Amino acid sequence: MIAEWSWFVALAFGVSFIKCLLINAYHSTDFEVHRNWLAVTHSLPVSQWYYESTSEWTLDYPPFFAWFEYGLSHFAKYFDKEMLVVQNLNYASPATVLFQRLSVIFTDLVFIYAVKECCKCCREDKGKDLLGKSSFILATLLLWNFGLLIVDHIHFQYNGFLFGVLLLSVARHFQKRHLEGALLFAVLLNLKHIYLYVAPAYGIFLLRCFCFTQNNADGSLQWRSFSPLRLVALGLIVLSTFAVSFGPFIVKGQLQQVISRLFPFKRGLCHAYWAPNIWALYNIADKALSILGVKLKLLDMSKFSKASMTGGLVQEFQHSVLPSVSPLITLICTLLSILDAPDSLFAYNIYLSIIFVKKMKTPFLKALFTLFPTTELPIKILLMLLFTIFSFSSLTKLFSKSGPLLNSVEVAYLLGLVPLELICEFVYPLTSWQHTLPFIPLLLTSVYCALGVLYSFIRLYLSVLAAPSTTGKAKSQ
Amino acid sequence: MENWSLVSVCVLLGLTTRWAVSFSSYSGAGKPPMFGDYEAQRHWQEVTYNLPVQEWYFNTTDNDLGYWGLDYPPLTAYHSLLCGHVAKLINPAWVELRTSRGFESAAHKLFMRTTVLFADILIYFPAVILYCIYLSDGSSKRKVATALCILLYPGLILIDYGHFQYNSVSLALTLWGIVGLGLGWNLLGALAFSLALNYKQMELYHSLPFFCFLLGKCIKQGLMGRGLLLLVKISLTVLVTFALCWWPFLSDPQQILQVLHRLFPVDRGLFEDKVANTWCSLNVLIKIKTLLSRDTQLLLSFALTLLSILPSSIKLLTKPTLWQFKLALVSDEKPVCLMMNELPLMAVWFLLISTFSMLPLLLKDGLLLPYTVTSLAFLYLGVYLLSHQIPCLTDVFFCSNRKGALHLVFLQFTVSLVAMAGLSFTSMVLEPPARLPDLFPVLVSVFSFLHFLAMLLYFNLVQLTEPSSKKSQKKTN
Repeated sequence: MIAEWSWFVALAFGVSFIKCLLINAYHSTDFEVHRNWLAVTHSLPVSQWYYESTSEWTLDYPPFFAWFEYGLSHFAKYFDKEMLVVQNLNYASPATVLFQRLSVIFTDLVFIYAVKECCKCCREDKGKDLLGKSSFILATLLLWNFGLLIVDHIHFQYNGFLFGVLLLSVARHFQKRHLEGALLFAVLLNLKHIYLYVAPAYGIFLLRCFCFTQNNADGSLQWRSFSPLRLVALGLIVLSTFAVSFGPFIVKGQLQQVISRLFPFKRGLCHAYWAPNIWALYNIADKALSILGVKLKLLDMSKFSKASMTGGLVQEFQHSVLPSVSPLITLICTLLSILDAPDSLFAYNIYLSIIFVKKMKTPFLKALFTLFPTTELPIKILLMLLFTIFSFSSLTKLFSKSGPLLNSVEVAYLLGLVPLELICEFVYPLTSWQHTLPFIPLLLTSVYCALGVLYSFIRLYLSVLAAPSTTGKAKSQ
Repeated sequence: MENWSLVSVCVLLGLTTRWAVSFSSYSGAGKPPMFGDYEAQRHWQEVTYNLPVQEWYFNTTDNDLGYWGLDYPPLTAYHSLLCGHVAKLINPAWVELRTSRGFESAAHKLFMRTTVLFADILIYFPAVILYCIYLSDGSSKRKVATALCILLYPGLILIDYGHFQYNSVSLALTLWGIVGLGLGWNLLGALAFSLALNYKQMELYHSLPFFCFLLGKCIKQGLMGRGLLLLVKISLTVLVTFALCWWPFLSDPQQILQVLHRLFPVDRGLFEDKVANTWCSLNVLIKIKTLLSRDTQLLLSFALTLLSILPSSIKLLTKPTLWQFKLALVSDEKPVCLMMNELPLMAVWFLLISTFSMLPLLLKDGLLLPYTVTSLAFLYLGVYLLSHQIPCLTDVFFCSNRKGALHLVFLQFTVSLVAMAGLSFTSMVLEPPARLPDLFPVLVSVFSFLHFLAMLLYFNLVQLTEPSSKKSQKKTN
C-alpha cells in the first residue's frame, strides 16, 4: 500500500521543497492583508472583527476564514509577537515571513489530501508505466499547478487550502459520500464567498444526482424518484453550517455590517462576479475612457485616486478575485478531463493555464512600475514552461486517440503570447511611450488574454452541451 | 512521456531550483569593508573593464591587489571582462573605477545572478545532459533520473547561486572534456579540459587523470604509429589553447611570472579558512602549524596530494577505459556526480557530505534555508529515484554482493546522515562554548575529512581490484 503511493508522496514532497525555496521571494500586499487579519482576530474580541479598520485591508472574508486566521494566530505568537499588533502596519520581519509562508505550505496539506482522494477515483490503468497512468498525470497537474504555486507561494494567498476543500467535496461526491461533500462545500462557502458563483451549478448537480435516486433506462431523469428526505438532509446541513458561521454575528446584530464587508457594492463589483474574465474588457473601457477624459480635459487628473488610474472600478476585483478564479477553472478542467468527461476539455486546461499566467502578470507589472525589478519573472516562466511541457506531453499520450490537442489557430494564438511577452516586458519599457502611456502593455495583455479566454469558454460550453450525457454512464456503474 | 519532455522537465526543475536559491543572500552582503566573493567578482569586472590587460595582475594605484586582486587564470578574467561590458551597458555605476567598490543594489544582484544562470544554461546543462544520454548505462528513464540528480546537487547550487561563484563553468568545461574523451573526440576533450584549467587552477587536481587517460590511449594505439600522431595532435591542441588564453601575457616573462604568483599564493599557507582537508584535521591532533616550517608544509602537501592520486592514475595509464578514468577523477568531490549511475548510493552519500562540509561557510552567508531544503530534497530524490531504477538492491553496493555487507553499508549511511543532521542542527541553533569558539566548524571539517578519506580509499579499492561485474567494461576509444 505504501509502495503504491510512494510516487504520490514524492510528488508532494517535491512541490513542497520548491515552495520552501520560495519563502524569500517577493510577496504582494496580500501578505500584509493576512498579517492584519491575524492581528485583528488575535488581539480583538469577535464583536470587533468586522468593524476594525485601522488598516485599509479590512476583513472581507466570511467568518470561518476569520476563525481560521484566529487559529493560525495562536502559532504565530511563537514566531514573532509583533505581527499580532494591529497597529504594526506592513510589519514583515523575517520571522513573520517565515511563519506566514510556512502556514500556506502547511495548510496545503488539505489540498494534497484532496488530490489523493481524487486520484483514488481515477480509472485503473493496469499495465501502464507510472508516467502514463491517469492518476499520476492528474496528481502532477494538480499538485504542481504553476498558477497555484505562483499565486499562493509568491504572491501570497491561501488558495491551495481552499481548493483543497473544494476538491475534497468533489471527491466525496465521486465516492458517493454526498452528504459529506455537501457539508464541505457549505464550509467552503463560509471560508471564501467567491465560490458562490459555483453554488448554482453545484446545487443543481446535488439535486440531480442525490435527490433523484433513480434514472430511467436511457439515462434521463426519473421525476418520480425524487426524495424529499434527501433534500431536507441537504438543507439541514447547509443551513446549520451557515448558522454556526453567521450565528454569533446575527445574535450581536452585526449581520448587515458583515454582509457589507463581504460584498462591497459601493466599489461596483457586483456585476463582475458572474463574468470573471470579462473584467478585462471593462478594464480597458475604463482606462480608455479615463485617459480620453483627461486628454479632452473633461476630467481633472488630480481628482483621480491612484486606484482608478491603474485599474479603475475593477482594480480591487482583479486583485482579489482573479487570482482565485482562474486557477480554479484550470483545476476543474484538469479534474474533469481526466475523470471521465468530454475529451476536448483537457486542451483548454493548458490553454487557460498559459493565459492565466499572463493575467497574473498584471499585478507584477504594477510592481515593476512602482518599485523593484522582476527577480521573480524567471521563476514564473520556468514554472509555466514546466507545467506546459508536462501537460502537453502527458495529455497527448493519454488522449492520443482523439487526434491533435489543438488546431492551428489555437497554436498560433498560444505562440503569439511569446512576442506579446517580449514586447511588454522588454521592448516597450525601452521606448519613449513608457512614461506617457505606461499602461499599454497591461492593455495589450488584457485584451489578448480576454479574447483567448472568451474563445475557450465558448468552445468549452459548446463541447459540454454537445457531448453525450456521461452522468448516466457514471450512475449505472 | 517522451524523452525530450522528460529531459526538459529535468532542466526546468534544475533551473527553477537555482533561481529560487538565488533569492537568498550572497557572500559578504552588507558587510563592509571587504564584503565577500560577490564583491570580488564585481571588482574583477571593474578591473578588467577599466584597466589594460598588462595591469590586471599587478599592484598599481588603480589596482589594489590587497582588495580582491585577481587570482584566477586569464579565462576568468576574460569572462569578467565580458560581464563588465554588459554591466556598463545597463548601469555604468556598477563598474566605475574605484567608486563602485562595495556597490550593492537589488538590480545589480539580479544582473550578477543572471550572469551565473546564463553561463549555466550555455555550458553546464548541455554537458550534463550529453553526459547522461551518451555516457551512462541503463534505460532512458534511468538516464533522466541520473541527470536530474546531478542537476540538483546542492553543493554546486548553493555555492554558485548563494555564496556566489562561477564554479559551474569550470566544472562544465571539465565535463565537456570527459564527454569528449568518452565519445572518442580526443581533441575536443583535450581542448575543453585545457580551457577548464585556464578558468580555474584548481582543475589541476584532475589534470593527472586526464593526462594519464590520454597518454594511455596513445600508448594503446602504438607509440610508433597512430599513437604518436595522436599524442602530437593532443599536445598541439593543448599548447595552442594555452597560448591563446595567455596571449596578452606572452610578450613579457614578468607578466607570466606575476600571474603564476597570483594563481599559486604559496605565501598564504595552507590554513586559510578551516576547510576540510588533511591539514586542518591533522592539526587537531598534531600541531603541524607550529611543528613544521612553511616550506616543509608545502612540500609535504604537494607530495601527499600527488601520492593520493598516483595509484589510480597509474592504473589508468595501463588500462585507459572510461570507467577507470571516472574512478581516477573522483579523488575530488565534484566529479562524484559521474558515479550517480553506477554507484548511486555512494554518489548521493558523498555529494551530501561535500555539501555538509560547506555548512560553516553557508551559515556565514545566511543560506540556512536553501541549504536545508536543497539537501533534504537531494537526499529524498536521490534515494527515491535511484532506488526505483535499480532492479537489484545489491547493485548499490559495488564490491560485494553479500546481503550482510549491504546492510552494513546502509547502516553506516544512516548513521552518517543522522550525524550530519545533528551537527547541522547544533551549528545552526546552539552557541559554541566560549573556550572553543570554532568548535562546530572544526567538527564539521573533521567529520567531512574522515568521510572523504574513506571515499578515496573505497574508490581506489574499487579501481584496483576491478571485480568482474557488468559495469566495469566500457569501450576504449
